[in-house]
Amino acid sequence: MMRRLCALASLILALAMTSTVGAVDSATEAALAADPVAEKRLQGLSEELRCLVCQNQTIADSNAELAQDLRREIRTMIKAGQSDQQIIDFMVARYGDFVLYRPPVKGVTLLLWGGPVLLLLIGLIALVRYLKRRAVRVAAQEAPLSADEARRADALLKELDSK
Amino acid sequence: MNRYYWIVGAFAALVALLAVGLNLNPRDVPSPLVGKPAPAFKLEVLAKPGTQISPADMQGKVWLLNVWASWCVSCRQEHPILVEFSKKVSVPLIGLNYKEVRGDGGFDMAKLSAEEERKLAFERANKWLSEHGDPYTLTAMDLDGRVGIDYGVYGVPETYVIDKAGVIRMKHTGPITPDVLGKKIMPLLAELAK
Repeated sequence: MMRRLCALASLILALAMTSTVGAVDSATEAALAADPVAEKRLQGLSEELRCLVCQNQTIADSNAELAQDLRREIRTMIKAGQSDQQIIDFMVARYGDFVLYRPPVKGVTLLLWGGPVLLLLIGLIALVRYLKRRAVRVAAQEAPLSADEARRADALLKELDSK
Repeated sequence: MNRYYWIVGAFAALVALLAVGLNLNPRDVPSPLVGKPAPAFKLEVLAKPGTQISPADMQGKVWLLNVWASWCVSCRQEHPILVEFSKKVSVPLIGLNYKEVRGDGGFDMAKLSAEEERKLAFERANKWLSEHGDPYTLTAMDLDGRVGIDYGVYGVPETYVIDKAGVIRMKHTGPITPDVLGKKIMPLLAELAK
C-alpha cells in the first residue's frame, strides 16, 4: 500500500514538473528560434529587473505570473522597436526604483550605496586605533626594568636561591 | 572597561537597526504612481457587457479603484469592509477585476479561446459578487492584466484613491483593514472632497 502511494506521489510530482517546465521551455525555445537577437535582449533586460512578487528574484529567474506577464510585455516592446532605456523607464514608471536590481544613486539610496564603504571606514579606524594602542602596550612591556623593579626582582631571586 | 561599553553600544545599535528593518513590510513598496495621473484604460463593464469604462468618465469626482479577483484569497478578507464602506459612503468605488481566469492558475490557457476566457471570467466574477455582496459602483474587466501592469499591480488586492483631477493620491497594497480605512483612506477622502 505504502509503496503504491509513493509511486503515485512520484508520478504526480513528475507529471507536474514536466508539464510546467515543459510549457515554459517550449514557449521560450519557439520564441528563441524565431528571433535570437530579441530574445537575447529580453534575457539581458529581465536580469536587470526585479520580480515584485518574489522579491529576491529577477524576472528572468522568476516563474511567478507577474514575471511572465512582464517578460511578455518586454517582448512586445522590443518588437515595437523600443530601446532598452525606454523599456527600463516603462518599468520604473510603474513599479518604482525597487524594480531595478541596481538601484540608481540618489538621495534615498545613499545609505544603500555608501553604507558598506562607511562600515569599512569605521572598521579601518577601529583597527588602526587598536593597533596603535597595542604598540604602546607592547613597547611598555619591553622597556627595561626600573631601579625599583630590578631591586625587587633581585630580592625574589635571592629568596629562591636561599631555599 | 570603557572599550566594553563601546562594543556593547555598537551591538545594541546593530540590534536596534535589525529590529526596525525586520519589522518593515517588504511588500510596502512606494508606488511611483502617487501624484501622477491615473493611467488611461478602456475596459468592458462587468454588469453591462458591451459597454466600456475609462478613468476619463470619472473626471471631476473623487473615486476609489479596487483591484480584485475571485481567486484572490486576501480579497475575501477585505470584502466585508468594502461592502460596509459602500453602504456608508457615496464615493464611487470602481472594481478592477484582475486576470479573473488566467490569474487563477487552474486553467490551461492554451486550450481556452479569447471568447471562452471572457465568458468564463464574467461568469466567475458575477458569481463571486452575488455570493459575497457587490460593493462596486461598477467593475471593469481586465482579462489579460495589461491595465494592471500600467497601474503597477503586483499583489492583489490593491486600492487607489484618485482625485477630481484624475491624479492618484494614494495606493494601498494588500487587504484594506479597518485601521487603513479609518486612518488613511477616510481622512484623505474628506480632504479631497473639499
